Amino acid sequence: MSEATKNFWAGVRAEIPLLIGVFPFGMIYGALALNAGISKLASQMMSSIVFAGSSQFITTQLVGDAAPGIVIVLTIAVVNLRHMLYSASLAPYLSSLSTRWKIILSYLLTDEAYAPTILQYEKEGVQRFSHWFLLGAGFALWFTWQVSTALGIFLGAAIPDSWSLDFALPLTFIAMVVPMLKNRPAIAAAVSAGIVALAAYSLPYGLGLILAAIVGILVGSFLDGRRPSMEGL
Amino acid sequence: MSIWLVMLLGGLITFGIRFSLIYLLAEGRVQIPDGVRRALHYVPPAVLSALIFPDLFVSRDILDISLGNHRLLAGLIAISVAWFSKNTLLTILTGMLALTLLQLFG
Repeated sequence: MSEATKNFWAGVRAEIPLLIGVFPFGMIYGALALNAGISKLASQMMSSIVFAGSSQFITTQLVGDAAPGIVIVLTIAVVNLRHMLYSASLAPYLSSLSTRWKIILSYLLTDEAYAPTILQYEKEGVQRFSHWFLLGAGFALWFTWQVSTALGIFLGAAIPDSWSLDFALPLTFIAMVVPMLKNRPAIAAAVSAGIVALAAYSLPYGLGLILAAIVGILVGSFLDGRRPSMEGL
Repeated sequence: MSIWLVMLLGGLITFGIRFSLIYLLAEGRVQIPDGVRRALHYVPPAVLSALIFPDLFVSRDILDISLGNHRLLAGLIAISVAWFSKNTLLTILTGMLALTLLQLFG
């Protein structure tokens, strides 16, 4: 197996636990979109044109409330603003790729593709084919999102709530974040972001999430700047 | 505005956001200052925690830090498994099992 294929499948494998958590969300989205009066074709296409779970949920709600189109578009923009952090975070690792690669990988850049990919880069650094990992993780998620949307549209949200499959998502993020907590700035970044996320939970459009992330990043880099440069490297 | 136009604009903006800094911070275009580079290091722990905390602590739109909050308990169990084992699969399986047992018997 070539290095590229190997990285692609490593990305797919790293994505699998997240797929379990995402699947019920895709089905619920499909069912809700139909409910809101969006056509089957448009409901399905939204999953590939917008391809961003939380903003698709909010869109179906706004369509159901008959909100003006421009409001929906702006809401999508605000809800997805956090992806700019992912874009910044991955930029140094992707800088040597062609524009075509950057376009494809940007299209696939979701919460769930970002998380395993940044872990991989922080562990292994940049090698010639390491971007294939993001392609694998991103494509696995994209494919699952399309299939689960279709199932939601045609079968309704058929997975019982009591199965709690959605809990696989926070669990996977836990498995990813805990090993990162190796020094005080990292712990402080995580804890402060978490607390702000709770305090700002009621803010609309996922703004609490962005606020929380920014506070965590500032706390982490502030403490990082203060500590002696060799400690914990 | 038709739903198709909404989707198209929403999709373009979403793509633009994701592409923005991957494009702008590329070699040669804009140099990344050291302070920013250091800050970027804290994006993963900050973002992931901001995603995790509400899933554990918020139950039916209310902050719930009681022992009756099954997701919080299962999450704490998963966090300790992750801390000691550093094993992704074990963390997820233990967390799912804990939540299932708590829901059945808790």
